[in-house]
Amino acid sequence: MIDAFEKKIGETLADPALQLKIYTNTATLVDKRKTAVSEEAFPEYQELRTKANALKRHAIEHLDLYLEQFEANVIAHGGKVIWCRDATEVSDFVLNLAKERQAKLIVKSKSMTTEEIDLNERLEHHGLEPVETDLGEYIIQLRHERPYHIVAPALHLTRHDVADVFTEKLGIPHDTVIENQTMTARGLLREKFLAADIGISGANFLVADSGAVVLVENEGNARLTTTAPKIHIAVAGIEKIIPRAQDLGVFLKLLGRSATGQPLTVYTSFLSGPKRTGEIDGPEEFYLVLLDNGRTKLIADEAKRQSLYCIRCGACLNICPVYRKIGGHSFPWAYSGPIGAIISPQFLGIDHTPKLPFASSLCGACADVCPVKIDIPQVLLDLRAEVSKSPLEHRAFRIFAWMMTHPAIYRLSAKIGLKLFFLAKLAPPAKAWLSQRDLPNPPEKSFTDLWKLRAKKS
Amino acid sequence: METAREEILSKIRTGLNRKQDEPAPAVRLKPYAGTPELFLKRVHAVGGKISRAQRPIDVRSYIADALQGRSAVASNAPLLHELGITAMEGVKCGFRNYTELREACSKAGVGITCADYALADTGTLVMLSSREEARIVSLLPPAHIAVVAKNRILGGLDELLTKVPKPGDLTSSMVLITGPSRTGDIEQILVRGVHGPGEIHVIVL
Repeated sequence: MIDAFEKKIGETLADPALQLKIYTNTATLVDKRKTAVSEEAFPEYQELRTKANALKRHAIEHLDLYLEQFEANVIAHGGKVIWCRDATEVSDFVLNLAKERQAKLIVKSKSMTTEEIDLNERLEHHGLEPVETDLGEYIIQLRHERPYHIVAPALHLTRHDVADVFTEKLGIPHDTVIENQTMTARGLLREKFLAADIGISGANFLVADSGAVVLVENEGNARLTTTAPKIHIAVAGIEKIIPRAQDLGVFLKLLGRSATGQPLTVYTSFLSGPKRTGEIDGPEEFYLVLLDNGRTKLIADEAKRQSLYCIRCGACLNICPVYRKIGGHSFPWAYSGPIGAIISPQFLGIDHTPKLPFASSLCGACADVCPVKIDIPQVLLDLRAEVSKSPLEHRAFRIFAWMMTHPAIYRLSAKIGLKLFFLAKLAPPAKAWLSQRDLPNPPEKSFTDLWKLRAKKS
Repeated sequence: METAREEILSKIRTGLNRKQDEPAPAVRLKPYAGTPELFLKRVHAVGGKISRAQRPIDVRSYIADALQGRSAVASNAPLLHELGITAMEGVKCGFRNYTELREACSKAGVGITCADYALADTGTLVMLSSREEARIVSLLPPAHIAVVAKNRILGGLDELLTKVPKPGDLTSSMVLITGPSRTGDIEQILVRGVHGPGEIHVIVL
């Protein structure tokens, strides 16, 4: 049966313009990363990857302790922590707070976690106005789309697509000059920043020893989101925790280089609590939403737990031969590419996305570029083993196993197989495949025959 | 009924089934000294304009040129006052009230600040929010001029994290600024000044 996932794959493969966009944009990111982590540019790279993996492993293995420490430090700095099991609990919290503060306009900076729980749709449904402020996110929000890529949400669009949606949704004259488009967004969004009641951000890291949220960005929209409105809400998955501020000396150096090839992104904000006495600006209220949404399901499995180490750099998407063909919207959830293929089935439950663990060639490129050394191919294999086999496939494997354990039957079927080989070429799946390719004819004698002959001769 | 907090923590504890707690792996920070030359070179490489000044008059004349008649807001950093920048024509300063500061920054062409530290190897300004430095002076105006005292230049991130191991103890906001605001979200074409300042000047004194 063709599901929506497969239909989207077909459409993407059949669209040469889209194929070119995905290919060139990911290629640029691959090149930038490669230069930035080269031996000359970044000799500590491998050492820091190993360290990052050890730190993440340690943080997840002591997650309960660090979450408690983090919470205590947020409270000590005048903030509040809200624990949420799922999407509904997050939107309920935001809706209640908005109601109490009579807030309507919400500015948002880029957050995959809020994409994961469809927060914008939930807030809009209740009459609030959430506005994405990252340029790429703003464009795809106007188009009512999901991000195409973890780091580059509008990777699938050209200046022409942007001009179209700006004209349609903003009612401005058609303009395909990228600088003008960017400045249009700046002007419109600046008004939103200054009028907004609440700013919602994600979190790149949660620092346990400081009760701080760390945000990494290039545009400045995250700084505005967390500074201009009176209320700042950061929404973070529980796995974002790192033990100490000094661990940033490892993670920040890896994140920017792996994502966009930058040693440091333009802005790195280290935010702990609301504005302090004496400080002139900053939010008056600071809330940190800690989200589970399926993450605790991974904790018990020692091998698959490593999926929670991810720092969302997007390097595995760019290098992945599958992502580069099928694109970001062919994946059934907010997270695409190799990391999406391992976390979606685990967060949502494998029965929701049984095909995802198979959307990989297991080439291993994702593991090679992962800055925190997640063994993505191994996790994919583990997940494949969990997907319940179809009855037909199950029976086929049982017949195969029986044949392989009965040499006489195997030899006989091999003989018949060789004779009837031409039939296979006519069967529908092979026929389609062979319309573009040649299949060599099978040899006259099988390996078993040759071996017998050889034994006779000697 | 179990609260979300109790439920999440108990799921984690049950799942981990940890026998004993381990200390966090040590992180070896490698602090090394930075030079003004390297810092300015790197600021230039990320798209900033640079200048070295020996005397207060050098700083003022650079700023006068850079302003090009635009209005400016200066932060409350004492150094800017000592250098006579706050007394320059077109420079507003002394804001203690947020609403007034925000109004001024929304209209100003340039924001002038100091930096608490600078990181040489990445060309980064480190700004700690305080009564002297508001967050928005380096954020709302389309251009940002930062005056950095030579003795504030550190080697890099490792030295910063050694000097300031817990930024949260000092301020609600520590921001690292590396070059002008930029985006590549449309066709990966670089455009500066999307939300923050698209123009940055760094003067080392």
